[in-house]
Amino acid sequence: MVSLEVERGEIFGIIGPDGAGKTTLFRILTTLILADNGTVEIEGKDVVKEYKEIRKEIGYMPGRFSLYQDLTVEENLNIFAKVFNTSIEENYSLIEDIYKQIEPFKNRRAGQLSGGMKQKLALSCALIHKPTVLFLDEPTTGVDPVSRKELWEMLKRLKEQNITILVSTPFMDEASMCDRIALMEHGRFLQVDTPEHITGQFSHDLWAIRSDNMSVLLSDLRAMRSVRTCFAFGESHHVTFRNNVSDIVNLEKLLKSKGHSSVLIEQTKASVEDCFMDLTYKF
Amino acid sequence: MMCFINWHVIQPVILTDMKTFLTFVKKEFYHIFRDRWTMIILLILPIMLMLLFGFMMSTEVKNVRFAIYDPSRDVATHAIADKMKLNEYFIFTGYLDSPEQIDEIFRKGEASLVMVFNNRFYDNMVHTGDAQIQLIADGSDPNTASTFTLYASNIVASYQQDLMGDMKIPYNIQPELKLLYNPTLKGTYSFVPGVMGMILMLVCAMMTSVSIAREKEFGTMEVLLVSPMKPIQIILSKVVPYFFLSVINLTTMLLLSVYVLDVPVTGSLSLLISISLIFILVSLALGLLISSMVDKQMIALLISGMVLMLPVTMLSGMMFPIENMPWILQIIANIIPATWYIIAVKKIMIQGLDFFSVFNEFLILSTMAVVMIGVSIQRFKYRLE
Repeated sequence: MVSLEVERGEIFGIIGPDGAGKTTLFRILTTLILADNGTVEIEGKDVVKEYKEIRKEIGYMPGRFSLYQDLTVEENLNIFAKVFNTSIEENYSLIEDIYKQIEPFKNRRAGQLSGGMKQKLALSCALIHKPTVLFLDEPTTGVDPVSRKELWEMLKRLKEQNITILVSTPFMDEASMCDRIALMEHGRFLQVDTPEHITGQFSHDLWAIRSDNMSVLLSDLRAMRSVRTCFAFGESHHVTFRNNVSDIVNLEKLLKSKGHSSVLIEQTKASVEDCFMDLTYKF
Repeated sequence: MMCFINWHVIQPVILTDMKTFLTFVKKEFYHIFRDRWTMIILLILPIMLMLLFGFMMSTEVKNVRFAIYDPSRDVATHAIADKMKLNEYFIFTGYLDSPEQIDEIFRKGEASLVMVFNNRFYDNMVHTGDAQIQLIADGSDPNTASTFTLYASNIVASYQQDLMGDMKIPYNIQPELKLLYNPTLKGTYSFVPGVMGMILMLVCAMMTSVSIAREKEFGTMEVLLVSPMKPIQIILSKVVPYFFLSVINLTTMLLLSVYVLDVPVTGSLSLLISISLIFILVSLALGLLISSMVDKQMIALLISGMVLMLPVTMLSGMMFPIENMPWILQIIANIIPATWYIIAVKKIMIQGLDFFSVFNEFLILSTMAVVMIGVSIQRFKYRLE
């Protein structure tokens, strides 16, 4: 049960954990599998009836960077150019930014590239025919943080070329890079909106709490009646309270009496991940 | 109805399609040449199998050790013994002194054949015509035993024939066995067609199915599907390289057969080549069929390796005669394309028969090729499962 509309020239993120159904959704959108029911139109064309037309104009990068591992960087790009009846030269300007970073390695086999370089090559291959809509299935999975950041910058530049981009990711912190996002779990959309709207709708005060013993702190907090939700969030635990107005001073005393030292409690802004956890939390 | 085709519109389309297609054929060759194991399976394995089957698995009986128990020791027995000793198939181990030693020598495995003459052999032969030779053979391997006892009795018969030349013996009518096409019972003769069928099947079916399964496994098939490429282009670009390699294999196998294994092409070479090309097409189509059913290289390998190879070696008549099989296996044997190919190759290569004698095999294999190529193109999925 998903329903969405993506505007032309928009970066639309589909965000959800592994197994949420992102890849399945992408395969339905790219005409690779048939949905049990419902309809999809890409650029005004039906994915079932007019799949041949759609396949000519979309670009698709599957989750595993589908490249020919035993062919070189240049050979891979050349083959995908030929698949779309074009040549590297014809649309070089579109991929130049990305491709020139891997061009020094153009005679290296794709299987010997790092994750980040594979990603850039796969993206170049998906772009070589100047698609109107670009589908990127988990392009940042298995890639180092620097390359992840670079990818989002590249997508921003592609957006300026009026290419519609649909991108899926399991990393909630990448949500802010998208114009709009859909939070997905168990094959359903929880919310579709801009990242700002989604975080703005978070209806509780959110507190970041830390002490010197984080794992004990988590179970202590969860055992408290006044605590509504408590999730481990990297350096601190994010907590919401039932009555929303909570006596923070008392809480600090309580935690210290339970043996926690260097307790730090501060209010924080909800991130997309907080919203996702809140939406999926079963009360 | 007349149909006008605007060539100027179609030509560029065909040309770009052609370019894409050629790039893909080239790409497939890169895959083959860059993988050491693919190269070994494609080019070395056929030669190895050919030599292995040709030399080691021959049914030919050689170096049979034999002993003689001869109480007579006269002209005739010596003449027969000499003929045996001179024969290339037999090795003489020695004379036995008593009948008890016969059992002993078999138990020790020192000989697999003992020739026993009766008393006063020459006298009996000349006067009563009742000279007797007993051939005692180690029957633990019945096929070999029957083959070399046949050789031995032929040698005895040939001695009798020599005698008839200068002595006037009353008419002595004897049945005589003569083996046509393969008079010396050379094992390679019957193995060459079988091995050819097996190797072509292996190379074509296994390699095509694995190479398509690899595209599915690495996800590149997904990208190819989401492109303007037509399924027929994808299929053909897979088939063409393996077709070429199969032709190379066919050439090496025929050269090996003629120059190394001494099995000549008795019949028409062009006939042999054309039926082989049809068989290659059938095998390629089988590979495509397998690949349309599986997504993993390993499973493609198992299916083409086990499910396909076993019936080809066991049921195609390559090892066991089809006539002796239970009816259900005979039916299966008749469905296997290799059966018909092996029959045809035997007829053309060894018996030297003409086109009309292999017309049936041609017809059956061609029908199989057309049907299977049609089915595999039909079955090619333009979506993922």
